Amino acid sequence: MNNFSIVKSGVTLAVIAAICTSLVALTYQSTEERIDANEKAWLERSLQPALSGLFFDSGVTESKIVVPPPHDLPGTDAAIIYRVYAKTEPVAALFVVSARDGYSGPIRILVGIETTGMVTGVHVLEHRETPGLGDRVESGKSDWVKQFDGRSLVDPETSGWRIKRDGGQFDQLTGASVTPRAIIKAVKETLIYFGTHRDEIFSDPPTDSAATEDQQ
Amino acid sequence: MTAPGFMDRLKIGLWDENPGLVQLLGLCPVLAVTSSFVNGFGLGLATLAVLVASNGLVAATRRWIVAEIRIPIYVLIIASLVTCVELIFKAWFPSLDRSLGIFIPLIVTNCAIVARAEIFASRNTVSSSLVDGFAMGLGFALLLMAIGAFRELLGQGTLFARMDMLFGGEPMRGLVLTDGGWLLAVLPPGAFFTLAVAIAAKNVIDRRRRDKQLNAMPGRAQRTSK
Repeated sequence: MNNFSIVKSGVTLAVIAAICTSLVALTYQSTEERIDANEKAWLERSLQPALSGLFFDSGVTESKIVVPPPHDLPGTDAAIIYRVYAKTEPVAALFVVSARDGYSGPIRILVGIETTGMVTGVHVLEHRETPGLGDRVESGKSDWVKQFDGRSLVDPETSGWRIKRDGGQFDQLTGASVTPRAIIKAVKETLIYFGTHRDEIFSDPPTDSAATEDQQ
Repeated sequence: MTAPGFMDRLKIGLWDENPGLVQLLGLCPVLAVTSSFVNGFGLGLATLAVLVASNGLVAATRRWIVAEIRIPIYVLIIASLVTCVELIFKAWFPSLDRSLGIFIPLIVTNCAIVARAEIFASRNTVSSSLVDGFAMGLGFALLLMAIGAFRELLGQGTLFARMDMLFGGEPMRGLVLTDGGWLLAVLPPGAFFTLAVAIAAKNVIDRRRRDKQLNAMPGRAQRTSK
């Protein structure tokens, strides 16, 4: 391979790289808006299960706080808190946390808690549990997560935050006890965190002008 | 188009040299995403699109591609096409994209695509490369759909569930035949079993057909049969 062919190959490679890059850039530009809208819609839809029955007028997705690890919430990755207000009165907080000890990897869950400390709803966002067994914690597949609705740290007492087989008050899933245990523990830890950090969480409500667009 | 014609190419891609069944290429997606029909359909469609486009681009640029740098160029072309397909999925089929997850970007690593670029598109005209990409991609997609449908049926007792991920609208449960099913079919071993059954079935059909042909030509049968 002589010098000329090296230059020629280099130029060919550069031209094709430029063509490919512009192709990707073009596609990116024409899809960017739709993708952003989809992301936002998905986020709002996935927060919905924890928002039912609440009255609020604030934009939920704009009130996001990211709690970087280490923190006292479940999970070793960053936790996210969305705050819900009516006027400037706090209504509820939505936690996105990870239950660490799932059957295969962390389970990302959403826990909605009213200012009174009552659970508004729990929803599994992401998991890798066994299809047909552990994945029944998904709200689309069974009503298992519904049993958290209206619960708090006094209903049941802390010792009751277990599956029935372990002497607690929560139903287990046939063939899968690891997944429910992990989720129950994570919800309980989130409630405890909420109890101790409540004022801190709601201390700075986002004003309309200060509402920041968070980037993923 | 020169010989072999469109139908012949289609037959080669769908049956004789099916990338998944015969060449056993791209096994990672074949095994990993086919837990339901809609997943197989989505990834099959994405792979088909990438394969047609990459075959077309490689064939169009084949005059300028020097042998020494052909592999980096294929990688460039395939990687950018996959990125485009991924963006398109994110924009128009967001829930399907979520369900397929990492396997859309991983189409880059599907050997079936680089194999077609190397074996076919780099030596043939644009039009026949497009046909080849279509035939091979369709063969791959149909295999993914068949395995997906089979595993979904066996494992969950449903068929075509969650097609809303493609067409939008309310979550669809599809055809519910039984409640629950044989869990193993949805788990990774089920993928291997299903693929094995599919390959075995293809071999049986091929052998039957060959035997029939040989019987029809008794003179030749004596020489070729072992």
